[in-house]
Amino acid sequence: MALLQISEPGMSTEPHQHRLAAGIDLGTTNSLVASVRNSVSVVLNDEDGRALLPSVVRYSATAAPVVGYAAQCAQSIDPHNTLVSVKRFMGRGLADITDAGSFPYHFVDAPGMVQFRTAAGVKSPVEASAEILRVLRDRAERSLGGELSGVVITVPAYFDDAQRQATKDAAKLAGLNVLRLLNEPTAAAIAYGLDNAAEGIYAVYDLGGGTFDISILRLSQGVFEVLATNGDSALGGDDFDQRVFCWILEKSRLAALDAKDTRLLLTKAREAKESLSEHREVSITAVLSTGETVDLMLNATTFHEITQSLVNKTLAPTRKALRDAGLSVDEIKGVVMVGGSTRMPRIQAAVAEFFQQTPLTNLDPDKVVALGAAIQANVLAGNRGEDDWLLLDVIPLSLGIETMGGLVEKIVPRNTTIPAARGQEFTTYKDGQTAMSIHVLQGERELVSDCRSLAKFELRGIPPMVAGAARIRVTFQVDADGLLSVSAQELKSGVQASVTVKPAYGLADEDITRMLRDSYTHAKDDMQMRALQEARVDAQRLMDATQTALDENAAELLTADERNAIEAAMRTLQGRLDGSDPRAIKDAAEALNAATHDFAARRMDVSVREALTGQRLDAI
Amino acid sequence: MQFDFNRNHFELFGLVPGFALDSAALEQAYRALQSQVHPDKFTHLSAAEQRASMQWSTRVNEAYQALKSPLNRAQYLLQLQGIDALAERDTAMPGDFLMQQMEWREGMQEAREAADVAALQTIEAEITDTAQQLRAVLARQLDEQHDYLGAAQSVRKLKFMDKLVVEIHDTYEALET
Repeated sequence: MALLQISEPGMSTEPHQHRLAAGIDLGTTNSLVASVRNSVSVVLNDEDGRALLPSVVRYSATAAPVVGYAAQCAQSIDPHNTLVSVKRFMGRGLADITDAGSFPYHFVDAPGMVQFRTAAGVKSPVEASAEILRVLRDRAERSLGGELSGVVITVPAYFDDAQRQATKDAAKLAGLNVLRLLNEPTAAAIAYGLDNAAEGIYAVYDLGGGTFDISILRLSQGVFEVLATNGDSALGGDDFDQRVFCWILEKSRLAALDAKDTRLLLTKAREAKESLSEHREVSITAVLSTGETVDLMLNATTFHEITQSLVNKTLAPTRKALRDAGLSVDEIKGVVMVGGSTRMPRIQAAVAEFFQQTPLTNLDPDKVVALGAAIQANVLAGNRGEDDWLLLDVIPLSLGIETMGGLVEKIVPRNTTIPAARGQEFTTYKDGQTAMSIHVLQGERELVSDCRSLAKFELRGIPPMVAGAARIRVTFQVDADGLLSVSAQELKSGVQASVTVKPAYGLADEDITRMLRDSYTHAKDDMQMRALQEARVDAQRLMDATQTALDENAAELLTADERNAIEAAMRTLQGRLDGSDPRAIKDAAEALNAATHDFAARRMDVSVREALTGQRLDAI
Repeated sequence: MQFDFNRNHFELFGLVPGFALDSAALEQAYRALQSQVHPDKFTHLSAAEQRASMQWSTRVNEAYQALKSPLNRAQYLLQLQGIDALAERDTAMPGDFLMQQMEWREGMQEAREAADVAALQTIEAEITDTAQQLRAVLARQLDEQHDYLGAAQSVRKLKFMDKLVVEIHDTYEALET
């Protein structure tokens, strides 16, 4: 199967029952969208035939934001309003950004996530990412000739809960139905594995513009099982640019630069780095706004020296991942290279040396993630192909809660296969204590201060007891997107509290609504129409799913009364579809969902039985 | 008709309870089950089905984790006998085992200070060997002798060794950076 077929916009679409789905690689430097057409995953190009969309957003006071190449061209002349590599700031507070001084932005310290002051007002990384996603969405819909029913968006495997949640929020803001957040190396493994009918244990080394991931997977009989993952969510090609930039400053004896010159030299640094993938040495020349000039030669040996520590920073996580998987280097059958930064000969040599084999570079490292995401999106949308596979992924970082003395007790260890749930019991430490504060953390270190705080919530109303008598069970549930929700219950009294881990770093629903409203003042679109359209699409999807389920199992699993109740709920929903009130449609959809609850559980039982016995239900 | 969500992990995978286990059969049953219940198979279906899928898939992962590693499996078998192998009141360990522990620990400490990776690897290999032998003892205790209290003791020893290996791995990491 040839995966790298590039299609033209506006080309023919597939048959009607086919649900339109796309895979989106929302990258630090570039973003892409791909889709499966005629059983082949293809990257969708823009009207000028370009596959990549630079992940750059330029805000202005008077016009709608500009995304992509046009914005990229403006980064040197309008650095404050042109946001580059915004993925680095997703789910991050100002305190997390240790090198804030080296960016030409006006950072705004906001609770949870850092924001930027631009000509169009204060913007968050989530909003900027949503602008990029909107462009990709438009591209896909124009190219495929219809509305997308759902997308798979890729995230670095090493993204924590806050970064994943931020990505999901951005998609919501762009009006996308997210079928799944998929880890980038896993997406690459799908594209690579299906294309090469690969079997065995593979490593995926993914060095992008701003993130590094290493994943170890076992591919066997259509199952992609992630054994371990590790990485650094703040390490990528940008850092190599930064090293070259610092070298330029040092060699040219330049003092502090203004934002425009900073951006200019960063761009020169990136060009030099890219050029060194082809040449032994490159010249770097520039004229700064101060009249000072830069005129230097950079050779491969010097580049090697100034970036050696960055290369080593990728090998430490690689060793950890292998150790966590309980494997040695000679057990790895192949190493798949992903991400534009793996084009550097420097990186390829280091990886070859580490794994003692030549890494696999036969798939375009810029496109392989989007292509894999598209294949997965196609399946998740319900377009089952002949080949069926199963993907078993893991959480990258341990999850735990704060205990006495500022220590973290791990509840779900890293590399646990998801979805996963774990519980742990805790108790009160004071007589008569009626409330308990629960602080949820993510990370590998022992001290609370060294881990990322995800959420804090309180379990209240515990009946007064002597210290140590209460039994408080804290349960963590991680879903298939790698997102966490936590609940706590006092077992003797039944008092319960739960939280979807969102408040600390994610957006509240009101924020999303406000941002949507803001964005539509530019787009002349109608919020109400949009909401109505979405409610209708969701409702139709639900009715289709319910009808399929009824056709399959109603006869064996439902009494006549039960079936009537479900069909009545479907009729109610159908009746409201033509109305203009999205709320009414949503309520009726909720009611239908509730009516199918037991039916869904029974259908699942049938599936489980069949899996175990390999027989149809009627044969049991 | 309802399939019992709470049946034990062995029954869930259609396996005979025991420490000796056909790991290929476990893996095959695990994959067959996940192929049916995994949330990726339900993304295009209703919220109710997605919820049921997540619960089942979580349950299957939990059961697989509990049976896959010998140590977890032994712990689970004891739990089925009503014994919590790691309950704190039972932590008295035999003297010779504690001596051995201390030796390993001191060796680790010295290797760490001397940044001697080879010495660490020797200790790790020694622990791995000892654990291997102890697992054979554990298999007899559980499957043949039904000596559950003895088995609980073995589980605790293995847990100690597990922790040591984790510490050795952390030390490698510390030495690498």
